[in-house]
Amino acid sequence: MTTEAVLSAAPPSTGIRHHVVPVAAILALLIAIWYAAAVWLNAPQVVDRFESDGKSWNARQLIEATWSMERPVLPAPHQIAHNFFETVFETPIDSKRSLVYHAGVTVSATLLGFVFGTALGVLLAVGIVHSPVLDRSLLPWIIASQTVPILAIAPMVVVVLGSLGFVGLFPKAVISMYLCFFPVTIGMVKGLRSPDPLQLDLMRSYSATRAQMLRKLRWPAATDFLFASLKVAIATSLVGAIVGELPTGAQAGLGARLLSGSYYGQTIQIWSALIMASIVGVVLVALVGVAERLVARHMGRPQ
Amino acid sequence: MAPALMAASFVAPVGGSWLARPAALACALAAILGAGLGLRRWHAGVDAAVGLITVVAGAAVPLMLLDGPGPFGAAAPGIWLFLAGWALVLWRMLSMFSGLARRGAGALAAPALFGVALLYLWQVLVVGFGVPQVLLPAPSQVGHVLVTQFDVFWLDFQQTFLKAVLGGYAIGGCAGFLVAVVADRVPFLRRGLLPLSGLVSAVPIVGIAPVLVMWFGFDWHSKAAVVVVVTFFPMLVNTLTGLAAADAMQRDLMRSYAASYVQTLLKLRLPAALPFVFNAMKINSTLALIAAIVAEFFGSPILGLGFRISAEVARLNVDVVWAVIAIAALAGSMFYGVIAVVERACTFWHPSYRA
Repeated sequence: MTTEAVLSAAPPSTGIRHHVVPVAAILALLIAIWYAAAVWLNAPQVVDRFESDGKSWNARQLIEATWSMERPVLPAPHQIAHNFFETVFETPIDSKRSLVYHAGVTVSATLLGFVFGTALGVLLAVGIVHSPVLDRSLLPWIIASQTVPILAIAPMVVVVLGSLGFVGLFPKAVISMYLCFFPVTIGMVKGLRSPDPLQLDLMRSYSATRAQMLRKLRWPAATDFLFASLKVAIATSLVGAIVGELPTGAQAGLGARLLSGSYYGQTIQIWSALIMASIVGVVLVALVGVAERLVARHMGRPQ
Repeated sequence: MAPALMAASFVAPVGGSWLARPAALACALAAILGAGLGLRRWHAGVDAAVGLITVVAGAAVPLMLLDGPGPFGAAAPGIWLFLAGWALVLWRMLSMFSGLARRGAGALAAPALFGVALLYLWQVLVVGFGVPQVLLPAPSQVGHVLVTQFDVFWLDFQQTFLKAVLGGYAIGGCAGFLVAVVADRVPFLRRGLLPLSGLVSAVPIVGIAPVLVMWFGFDWHSKAAVVVVVTFFPMLVNTLTGLAAADAMQRDLMRSYAASYVQTLLKLRLPAALPFVFNAMKINSTLALIAAIVAEFFGSPILGLGFRISAEVARLNVDVVWAVIAIAALAGSMFYGVIAVVERACTFWHPSYRA
C-alpha cells in the first residue's frame, strides 16, 4: 500500500520539476521580448514628445520614458502588474474601480450559464442515447450549430432579452449556456455509450429498466467524459460571459472593462482585465479538476 | 392518435371558416387520410410515399389558414391541434428515415427533414402567435432580406471571410505548425511550451481583440491578427501531439533503415500527425470565424459581418442580423465541410474511415 502510494506519487513530482525550468525560461524570454517590444512600439510617440518639447535625449531616457507612459501602445509588464495590484488589492471590493468587483460579476454569469448549459447538455445527451430518432436527426444539427458563430448572436440576445425586461446576469448566462452545452452533449453522448456491450447485456439479463441502466451503468461510466467536457465547457462559458458584456453599455464585468478601455485608450486597464480574465479561467478549470479528483475518490477509482 | 388529433381540429375554431378555403380543406382531408393509412404497415416504399404526402399536405394547411391578417394564437386552437397531429406523423417519418442506411444519401434524409421541419415550425409559430419582429423574425422575412440586400452582404462577406478569416487562418495555422515542428526537435522548448499552451486554452483569447484593433487599425488586418492568435495554439498543441503519434516500433524500423531525421519526419511522423493536424484545422475553422466577427465589435470600417451585426442590432433591424448569422453559419459549415472532404482524401488510411 505505502509503496504503491510512493510509486504513484513519484512521477508527478518529477514531472513538475521536469517542466519548471523550461517553462520559467520561456516565460522569462517572453517577458524580455515584451519589454523590447514596448520600447519599439512606444518609441515613436515618445520621440515625438521629446522633439516637440525641444529637449535633447539619450537612449536611456528614451527607454525609461517608453516604460512609463500613461497611455502606451504596449504597456510594460511592470506597469500592468502595478495597475493589477492597485485595482485588486488596494481598492475596496465594492468599488467600481476594483477589478475583483468586475471579475465577480463575470464569474457569477459564467457559473450560472455553466450550470444551465451542463444541465441542457446532459439532458440532450440522455435523449440522444435513448432515442434513435433524436440520434439520427438532432445530433447532426447540434454539430452544425457549432459552425454557427454563436458569439455573433451575443449582442442580439442581450438586446432582445433586455427589451423583454431581462437585464443583468440572465442574458449573459444565456450566451454562456449556448456555448457550453455543446461540449457537454458531445462528451456525454460518447460517455453514455462507453460501457461495453457485454456489460449492457448483463444489465439486460438482470431485466434492468432503461432508467436503472442509465443510473447504475451508463452514468458512472460517463464521469470521465463528463469532467473532460466540463473543463472545456467552463472555459468557453467564461468567453461567453465576457463577450455577453460587450453590448450591455459597459456597466460592469471584465468584458465591460475591455470595452471601456478600448474606447478611452486605457491600454493598461485592458491588459490588467485580460490578466484577470486569464487567472479566472485557469482557476475555474482547476476547480473542475479538483471536483473531478473528489468524485473519483468518492467512486473509489485509482487516480 | 395522429388522425384523431387532426380530425379534432375541425371541431375547434381555426380563426376562419374551412369552407371559405377549399384548398386548405382539401389538403387537410388528404393529410387526415394519409395519417389514417399510415396507421397500418404496408410496403416500406408505400409507407414512405404516404408519409411524405401526409407531411407535405399537412404542412400546407396552417400556411394557408394563417395568411389572413392579425395574430391567431389562442383564437385558433384548431390550427394548433392540427399541428400537433402533424408533428406525430412527422416523428413517425423521422423514425422511418433513421432506419435507413448509415452511409450515402440515406444518412442525410432524417437530418434534412428535421431541419426543414424546424424552419417550418419556426415560421408557423412566429406568424401564428404574432411574435414581434424585434424579438424573432420569421424565416421567410430573413430570406427576403437575404435576397434583397445580397450586394451588401457580399461585400461584408468578402471583408470578413475572404480577407480576415482566410488570411489569419492560413498564417496562424502555418505558424502553429512550424513552431510545433521546431519544438518537437528541441525538447527543452516542447517541455516549456506544452504547459503554457494548456494554460492558454483556459484563457479567453478573444479578449485580446481590442488591443490588436488598436495596433493594426480598423481594417481587416487587425481582424486577421486576432484570427492568427486564436488559431495558433490549437494547431501547436495538436501538431505536437500528432508528432508523438508514430509508435516506437515504426520509429525503430526507420532507424534500422538508417533514415535521417528529415526522412523520418517526412515519411513517417508527419503523415502520422495528419489526423491531428486536420483536427486542429477543423477546430480552427469555427474559432477563426467567431474571432473575426467579435473583433469587428471593437471597431471596423463600415463593412464586415461583425460590423453589420452590431450596427443593425442598434437599429433593431433583427431580420438583417439573422440574415448575417445565416450567412456566417453557412460559410462556417462549408468551410468545415471542405476541410472534412480534404481530410478524407488525405487520411483515407486512418481507422476511422476504414470501418
